[in-house]
Amino acid sequence: MVGPMSETTDLLVVGAGPAGLAAAVTAADHGLRVMLVDAGPQPGGQYWRHPDERYPVADESAGHHGWKVLTKLRDRLRVHRGAGHIDYRPGTQVWFIEAPKTESSPWYVYTTASVEAQPDHVPTGSVRAMRIVLCPGGYDRQLPVPGWDLPGVMAAGGVQALLKGSRTLAGRRAVVAGTGPFLLPVAVGLAEAGAEVVAICEAGNLTGWAKNVTGAVQVPSKGVEGAEYAKALVKHRIPYKTSTAVTRIDGDGQVQSAVLTALDRRGRPRSGSERAVEVDLVAFGWGFTPSMELVQAVGAETRIGSDESLIAVVDDMQRSTASRVYIAGEATGVGGAMMAVAEGELAGLGAAGDNGSSIDGARVRKLRGIIRRSAAFAQAMHHAHPVPARWTDWLTEDTLVCRCEEVTYAQVCHARDDLSADEARSVKILARPGMGWCQGRVCGFACAKIAAANEDRDLSPDDLARMSKRSLATPVSLEDLADLTLE
Amino acid sequence: MPTAEPEPAPNTITFDGEPIPARPGQTVGAALTEAGIRSWRETRKNGRPRGLFCGIGVCYDCLLTINGQSNQRACLAPAEDGTSCESGSGEEGLRDGGTDE
Ligand SMILES: Cc1cc2nc3c(=O)[nH]c(=O)nc-3n(C[C@H](O)[C@H](O)[C@H](O)COP(=O)(O)OP(=O)(O)OC[C@H]3O[C@@H](n4cnc5c(N)ncnc54)[C@H](O)[C@@H]3O)c2cc1C
Ligand code: FES
Repeated sequence: MVGPMSETTDLLVVGAGPAGLAAAVTAADHGLRVMLVDAGPQPGGQYWRHPDERYPVADESAGHHGWKVLTKLRDRLRVHRGAGHIDYRPGTQVWFIEAPKTESSPWYVYTTASVEAQPDHVPTGSVRAMRIVLCPGGYDRQLPVPGWDLPGVMAAGGVQALLKGSRTLAGRRAVVAGTGPFLLPVAVGLAEAGAEVVAICEAGNLTGWAKNVTGAVQVPSKGVEGAEYAKALVKHRIPYKTSTAVTRIDGDGQVQSAVLTALDRRGRPRSGSERAVEVDLVAFGWGFTPSMELVQAVGAETRIGSDESLIAVVDDMQRSTASRVYIAGEATGVGGAMMAVAEGELAGLGAAGDNGSSIDGARVRKLRGIIRRSAAFAQAMHHAHPVPARWTDWLTEDTLVCRCEEVTYAQVCHARDDLSADEARSVKILARPGMGWCQGRVCGFACAKIAAANEDRDLSPDDLARMSKRSLATPVSLEDLADLTLE
Repeated sequence: MPTAEPEPAPNTITFDGEPIPARPGQTVGAALTEAGIRSWRETRKNGRPRGLFCGIGVCYDCLLTINGQSNQRACLAPAEDGTSCESGSGEEGLRDGGTDE
């Protein structure tokens, strides 16, 4: 049950995933009064999403790695909550952050319930916090494909979330496509739950891994996980097709088939190689991209990461360029759950240290080492799994680029070519992609790429920042706005 | 010794008046998916069917009306016993979507 919030807290942590949990318990260990706000109903974030704890199941950890790390963090959270050190607010999302008025005054953070249709939801609240750690995680990056708006096409992470959270299969006969190591656990999870997985289509050719062995060998546990998945693919007879993409999806009212196409060395669909497979589920993931709305709301500096995502700039204590704001987890670059835990702990130590607590220097150095090695691994991974250079070749004129506003590829190209909008912001104003409910989270990357394509240039932080700049971090009702008592 | 938890009795939610079974802890989106229902809203411009896409509350494709509240995300809403769901997002009360700057 969520109550009104009014007092000033030493530290507000946003997100109870791997990074936020580590940050919150570490700061509380050092004597800070912490409030932990999370949109999810229970701790774990995306990585450790698990069945509803109110209805215990025997195999809570099924399909999970590093489950002990979660249970330890969860136990520490429980102890700190019991002692009144951490005020944990699940089911609560932050939708706006207001900067401190002076050097010593608090940040103002506005919240709303993530699910309104609940009898006990409290519509809005505000928190005053002297320091903030942002750990908002991310979501699957998407590329438009003809037919991707058909029901039965889902984000790979969403398919995984249905399995991990609700034990529900999103389909019976699936193809898992896109790029990155995350396609493996999704395919294996589906197969283990009884679905037939026709193929994993990995767009990359994976020769990049060979070039980047130093990155890969620095995180040995990744190799172990990889071997486990290899075994599972054999067991379930799932073909792993590299240099292959799903380039079209067909169906009447829902997915009935998908077209698999080989990609050449330059990332172009090879004509003549198309093959249709009958499926009722297409799970797409082109890596993950961080949630940047709160990072942008606090005015922290951003840059383009090695996977072409917009990420936050932080120093060696996870401090952002915004005063008294620390950032950890996916928002500083996608690198997996264990890197998120290390960054979260370091951010917790940073906030505690800056708040006047004494912190263990040896631990700080150890965490920095873990983060450095994980970041090297992540970079190697990103280089091995790029978005195909010529993905726009598989679009047709009427392919939706923006799902929310139903803006087609032809309309985006028209804005770019005939109205000379060569950067994302003008395209957005002229053709209105990115102006729908999701505020460009789904179409932002693709729109920015298409806008930049004419000049054949790389993405700039501005391209992505403009597509992801939102006045509010989540849409809120007018009723919520009316309830606000601004001082 | 802890004994095995008895299987909790399935919940029932309704979708456009039809009863749909749901397990405790499932989301509305999961219960509908298991019942073979994959779309529950049509788009404004082209009248195209939509259901779950991102599955984690980011894309707002899975909107429907829950217990009379319009524009609820099926992927997040818990399928509590007796939850009543209506197809269509109930576009009224559109909220602040994207803004230019
Ligand atoms: C759907 C999905 C499934 C994934 N599954 C796997 C997997 O099976 N295996 C794997 O290796 N990696 C997986 N990943 C990648 C994984 O998310 C990361 O490696 C890891 O979880 C990152 O930890 P984090 O703490 O940075 O973020 P997260 O775990 O994403 O946690 C962020 C938390 O912040 C909350 N939040 C965000 N914005 C707000 C806000 N405005 N207000 C309040 N709360 C907010 C979110 O609800 C979430 O609980 C998945 C990612 C996604 C998106
Ligand atoms: S897909 Fe473009 S705004 Fe949502």
